[in-house]
Amino acid sequence: MLVEVVIKALFILLVAIGSFVPIITWVERKQSAIMQDRIGANRADVAGIRILGLFHPIADVIKLFAKEDVVPLGANRVMHLVAPVIAAVPAVIAYAVIPFGAVYAFGAKEISLVVADPDWGLLYIFAIGSIATYGTIMAGWSSNNNWSMLGGLRASAQMISYEVTMGLSVVGVFMVFHTLKLTDMVFAQDSTFRLLGFLDVLFGLPVPVWLDWLRLPNWGIFLQPLAFVMFLTAIMAENKRPPFDMPEGESEIVAGYHTEYSGMRFGLFFMSEFIEVVVIAGLVSTLFLGGWSIPYLSQETIIGAISSVFGIGFATGLCMILHVLTFFLKVIVMIWLQMALRWSLPRFRYDQVMDLCWKVLLPLSIANVFVTGLVMLLVQRGAA
Amino acid sequence: MVPLEHVIGLSAILFAIGILGVVVRRNLIVILMSIELMLNATNLAFVGFNRMWPVFGGEPSLDGQVFVLMVITVAAAEVAVGLGIVIALFRNRDSVDVEEASLLKW
Amino acid sequence: MTASVVFFYAFAALAVVSALGMVLNLRNTVASAMSLVVTMVALAGIYVLLEAHIVAVFQIMVYAGAIIVLFLFVVMLLNLRTDAFSPGRQKLVKLAATLIAFVVLAELLRVLTTGLPEAQPLPEGYGGYAQVGVALYTDYVLLVEVSGLLLLAAIVGALILAKRDIG
Repeated sequence: MLVEVVIKALFILLVAIGSFVPIITWVERKQSAIMQDRIGANRADVAGIRILGLFHPIADVIKLFAKEDVVPLGANRVMHLVAPVIAAVPAVIAYAVIPFGAVYAFGAKEISLVVADPDWGLLYIFAIGSIATYGTIMAGWSSNNNWSMLGGLRASAQMISYEVTMGLSVVGVFMVFHTLKLTDMVFAQDSTFRLLGFLDVLFGLPVPVWLDWLRLPNWGIFLQPLAFVMFLTAIMAENKRPPFDMPEGESEIVAGYHTEYSGMRFGLFFMSEFIEVVVIAGLVSTLFLGGWSIPYLSQETIIGAISSVFGIGFATGLCMILHVLTFFLKVIVMIWLQMALRWSLPRFRYDQVMDLCWKVLLPLSIANVFVTGLVMLLVQRGAA
Repeated sequence: MVPLEHVIGLSAILFAIGILGVVVRRNLIVILMSIELMLNATNLAFVGFNRMWPVFGGEPSLDGQVFVLMVITVAAAEVAVGLGIVIALFRNRDSVDVEEASLLKW
Repeated sequence: MTASVVFFYAFAALAVVSALGMVLNLRNTVASAMSLVVTMVALAGIYVLLEAHIVAVFQIMVYAGAIIVLFLFVVMLLNLRTDAFSPGRQKLVKLAATLIAFVVLAELLRVLTTGLPEAQPLPEGYGGYAQVGVALYTDYVLLVEVSGLLLLAAIVGALILAKRDIG
């Protein structure tokens, strides 16, 4: 039991964080270079071999470790040293509840591919996300620098504002799936629904059998498209990356809350942003893109089809590998989407960020909850 | 099983620390934080007693936990208004010392 | 002694120490607030040990995630870097402090010696969001409505108080 958890945690650490995060730093440079018609980082080499600049992440880390770790004069030393750790840890442990595969039965032994699976998994992520605010605020305050202070001030206001909309925008999703448990949510998405089924349920018009193929996967993005857009916006604002980089605001307040950081402590802030990118990608694909589920091919279908030829054990193993690969494919797509958004949108002004949160996203998310409830009530009436 | 006597004891200690904060400190913000601590101590007692009697009249009872959620709501409202008052006070008197806000005292 | 008991005492010690740190830190308001965060998180841990999962999550989300951030926001907005003023009038304080310590000690001794009834076995699904939600929206629905009204009033009140020019 414990061994299993440790293995899964190590898998997440190595794959989702250990290998994605360094590669993302490279991807961000290359993608921005391509979008801006440049070549991008390609100078780091080992014995003359460059392979597209893939050595840059390693060179970065060596450089950051070799730098002096400066604590500015008049800073609150303890807080200054602790702040980057508080920023990075929540981002890592949020991954504990995101399932990267289903439950697989190998004979009597069941393997569930998630590190921890509490009933309130989604709430756990919100709680952890709200702790992450402190790293930024502490960094901003303890640096004894006015720009850092302004950055911390902006971060505190921006992050608690967007937490509200982040929470409210996904209420529709867990209304639809009837659960807060992330594994159950993905199981609910591992099926399809008839595109014209609402005619049948609401108005009693039977859908002809020859249109039965007209189905969509039961994914959150199809059931709650508005929630998808709002949640992605809110959670990207939580991550404080451009276009929502008010706490850093390079053109206004130097580098915001991490102005006074150097060496690997700056590196920790930098990394925690990228870890959060991976976590956001994992969370959004779990909530809205069906997580590990392969569209139109549910777990039983795959295992049933393969096991008739190769046996049940092989089929389950293959299904597991396919599911994990599907999940990471979706994660990569979501990471790409975030990178593309980051490099194509201009920055907001601070008041625009707050207006977007309180005057656009919040009313819309409440309206989304209301409409979802109304439709679910009508569907229940129709079904009864 | 967590010893419930000690849960209630912890609640009492935290409540006393909260009172101490309200009495000793003159910084209005710290006084508000001490009030939050006292609310938290009562929350702990609510949760502890709810754990002691999870069934009432043959049915599962979550009254204690519901009360805690209500207390959290009230605490949020209280902090919003309280900090509004702090900001207004600071604007007028340039200080958040409660002993300097004595205009109505004779 | 099971793991949960060990965890309980660890969290309890953390909560008491950080609460004392909050009250007795006379120089630094931000450090006080951060100590309070530690208390909140430790209490959330105790709630989990007491099977109140949803309360624990809301403890972290609302208290640690929003309320203390609000405190920090105000401290930073007013730029109270140091808390220069001394504690209040000494005699009164000492008297009150000893009185409180005495009362708490007496209460503790009473509780620990008389003991409480044994906890009953937990029903199925205790403390999960489903049960709490059903309780909130059936027995306590009026309370939920009233607290919504209270929050609205608080928003309006805070806006009016913090507004720069009322006119």
